[in-house]
Amino acid sequence: MDTSISNHILVIVTTDATKVLPGGCPVILAVDQEEQEKTSLLLARILGGIVHDLENGLYFICRH
Amino acid sequence: MEKYGLAILLGIVAGFLARWLMLRSDYRHYPTYPHGQLTHLALGFIAAGLGAVAIPAIAKPDYVAVTFLVLAAEQFRDVRNMERESLNHLEETKIIRRGSDYIEGIAQVFEARNYLVIMTALFTSGATYWLGWEYAVVAATVSIAFSLLLMSGSYIGNIAEVVAGEVHFEGSLLKVNDVVIMNVGLPQTRKKILEEGMGVLIKPKDDDARLTLDAPGQRMAIVHDVVSILGSKVDINETELMPVARKNPDKGYLAFFLVANETDLDYFMEIIRKVPVLESARGTTLKSYFGRKAAD
Repeated sequence: MDTSISNHILVIVTTDATKVLPGGCPVILAVDQEEQEKTSLLLARILGGIVHDLENGLYFICRH
Repeated sequence: MEKYGLAILLGIVAGFLARWLMLRSDYRHYPTYPHGQLTHLALGFIAAGLGAVAIPAIAKPDYVAVTFLVLAAEQFRDVRNMERESLNHLEETKIIRRGSDYIEGIAQVFEARNYLVIMTALFTSGATYWLGWEYAVVAATVSIAFSLLLMSGSYIGNIAEVVAGEVHFEGSLLKVNDVVIMNVGLPQTRKKILEEGMGVLIKPKDDDARLTLDAPGQRMAIVHDVVSILGSKVDINETELMPVARKNPDKGYLAFFLVANETDLDYFMEIIRKVPVLESARGTTLKSYFGRKAAD
């Protein structure tokens, strides 16, 4: 039986620190979009999730 | 005694033949396990034996034997449980799942097939006993044909029209024509999807079909059947390329997105047309008074 957390934002990856507030979810700050994409990809593979794009500079990883 | 012997023998042969013909290892990958086939053939043989001895037992008359036959027929209810359990266990290790609707459908069919075998054997042995072996051949042929006819249900191709769709992105949203499938974040994944993704629309022909396609169980069955033939590039823990069927809430048609190992759109659509309509998902609104009125 699968008991892992799903349908939750596991981590947020952003280039713009002003877009996020402390709220219990890990936030990773990237210097540019290239790093943001790479970090998101790595995190998604490690956590077994999918990278979603909020179209405002925020990427987050979610497991479905 | 010889008369009984011939009736029983022909009954068993006809029943076993019926079971054998109804046992198809088809593209749905079930039952492809050799031991599974053996189990079902053995059960079919027992069912044929049961059906075949019923008429001679009554004719003899041996009512105790008839009572035992009824008891033995009870055993076939377990066939459904057996199938359901084994398929449910296998389900846990699948990336693309069949869904419990599909499993229930398969289990019911397996149970029903054994009853059809009993019926075939019963008719054949009855025909042999009362009319002679020439008539038994006719009875066996007719019952087997009837069984095969009963076993062929309707397919998605009968209730819906399957047409090619266009996979594209609107910002980060993956869409097939006007139906939103999912949000895809990474540019490299988007590129891969645009290069290799396939999309089709499944348009229901009437309100019954719309309800059928609405059922998540039916959608899972479609996805499972397609993936079991064309393959899918989704992997454990990498679910970005997950095949998905989503509906257009206003118009009721389904959009199906898939990144397959075999990117052949024509066969993709043909496979969808051949997916069985599940009994538990079948919509029947047009059979009810209010359903017909509301559909006007």
